[in-house]
Amino acid sequence: MPYIPPKYEAVIPQAVHDGGTEQTTVLIVGAGPIGLALALDLGLRGHDIILVNRESQLTDGSRAICYAKRPLEILDRLGISDRMVEKGVSWNIGRVFFKDRAEPVYSFDLLPVKDQKLPGMINIQQYYNEEYNIEALDGLDNVALRWGNTLTSFEDVDTGVLAGIETSEGVYRIQADWLIACDGYKSVTRKMLGMEFEGETFHDNFLIADVKFRKAYPTERHFWFDPVFNPGQSALLHKQPDDIWRIDFQVGWDIDREEIIKPENVSPRIRAMFGEDVEFEYEWISVYTFNCRQVDQMVKGRVVLAGDAAHLVSPFGARGANTGFQDGDNLAWKLDLIINGKADRRLLESYDQERSLAAKINILNSTRSTDFITPKSIVSRQFRDAVLQLSAEYHFARGFVNSGRLSLPVPYPDSTLNTPDEATWGGGVRPGTNCMDAPVSTGGEDKWLLNSLGWKFKLLVFADVGDLSEGQLEGLRLLAAADIPVESIFISQFEAGEFSSLNDISGLVQDRYAAGSGAVYLIRPDQYVAGRWHELDLSKLGVALRRATGKQ
Amino acid sequence: MSPNLILEPNLADYDEVYQKIIDMHSGLSDEESQSANAKLILTLANHIGDVGVISEAVKIARDNTLQWRKKDTQS
Repeated sequence: MPYIPPKYEAVIPQAVHDGGTEQTTVLIVGAGPIGLALALDLGLRGHDIILVNRESQLTDGSRAICYAKRPLEILDRLGISDRMVEKGVSWNIGRVFFKDRAEPVYSFDLLPVKDQKLPGMINIQQYYNEEYNIEALDGLDNVALRWGNTLTSFEDVDTGVLAGIETSEGVYRIQADWLIACDGYKSVTRKMLGMEFEGETFHDNFLIADVKFRKAYPTERHFWFDPVFNPGQSALLHKQPDDIWRIDFQVGWDIDREEIIKPENVSPRIRAMFGEDVEFEYEWISVYTFNCRQVDQMVKGRVVLAGDAAHLVSPFGARGANTGFQDGDNLAWKLDLIINGKADRRLLESYDQERSLAAKINILNSTRSTDFITPKSIVSRQFRDAVLQLSAEYHFARGFVNSGRLSLPVPYPDSTLNTPDEATWGGGVRPGTNCMDAPVSTGGEDKWLLNSLGWKFKLLVFADVGDLSEGQLEGLRLLAAADIPVESIFISQFEAGEFSSLNDISGLVQDRYAAGSGAVYLIRPDQYVAGRWHELDLSKLGVALRRATGKQ
Repeated sequence: MSPNLILEPNLADYDEVYQKIIDMHSGLSDEESQSANAKLILTLANHIGDVGVISEAVKIARDNTLQWRKKDTQS
């Protein structure tokens, strides 16, 4: 039984009938994974949100199926990761095949991420992520999710954005302090802004078939370069929950896009791959081509772009939605401070700076994967094939094989929000880098470090509370009560009285942060390191906090 | 220009090395020769293990080739 996307009731707000203008703090356009996560993030921070979506249903098909560790950590802060991990498929074994060789040229074991809460990657259909997010939004009175509401116009007035919205029963207006465009790669908002969306178009097509097999196949990722069943092209096999398999065939540029997705034309491909007698049913068939594109600026006036609306990558390496979630994570805390009058709009420049860098690096990575998977010249194909032939025999050559690199968070080493190290550190987590997880305990209960970080600024203090002077403790109290509060967390086996403390049960926090006794880490609300010092210095901390909030 | 890549003479026996490279292609079709060249480059790149050195060598190979293209069209 193929998946049927849930339909939602189109919302006709009162303003349609009485012709009034609604007020809200943030108008989000597009209820895909990125818009939904941002609505949840800003909603949980207490802001009034209206989220409009043109359609009255979720998109059909599995779509974005790979969720990497960092997005799962973000969704964990928002409270929906546990359900996704429980439902999702974790895979570790990958195999790479080449031409008619029955044995893989090599296999790899991703190995589970050690001593961290979330796995390196799970596979799950996009609609599960969306459903879980929508259910979480149901509990928030300050978030209005409006299906069947289309943004048709907006003007950037100095105090906000005045948007025209269309419903099936008429139009109305929303006056919002901020507009966030999460309306995907065809973003109407971006077009209305007249923004360029420049980049590279790849002259190739990929055919997706999601199928359910009658017999079980192992939970592994298989990638074929130039296989007999799809000569000159590539193919990918990936498992999803509900015993559904994603098969992805590269099919070339010169095709009839309507003919190729007909089941009677897809079936011969699947039979060539799995044998004539394979039994299966279709869940979803689709064909796509791809581009690598990026806007020049992700913020314009009071309009902010996030996700595919701002940048587009090839699917190799699962960097689309995974990058978009990190846009939202970066944006939510900054906008929260600005809305609350605790930071000014300069802080948003860092969103543009940091996330444009991330988009650029993602595009670089996915373009490299694309060039390996679909070589554009004879010599490029010769090198690619040479790598694959060498790989069967020589371990060193496997490093060159690029069938998509795992999506990892992009560090911001030169961000203006960072306070650069003033001393040398033997490793640890550098300023501008996301925090590593580690097991901890508090009050005898096992927890994870990352679950104690996030939402607000935190200060990790690698000391017992008794090691600090009364003056230092008073300084930490003032920080906790400040306009932009910084909560101190002692990494210590002792309770820290009025302060939080975490017991570093396996010593991994100290290891992973290369922290000697007395070291401190200032951590941003998106779990990125803002600065670190070998010893607590309240005046340096104050300067660093001003920098990290765009004030210096 | 080249702090890392050795551009001074560095081989004890040039003739032997040259012959080894030519012999690698003995009995290979043109396509197989291209494949062998690629494998040789990839294997040596791994041995060198330094992206700076490899970048300099890549630049020399490309620039020199382009220079000769210019000369050919001028003559």
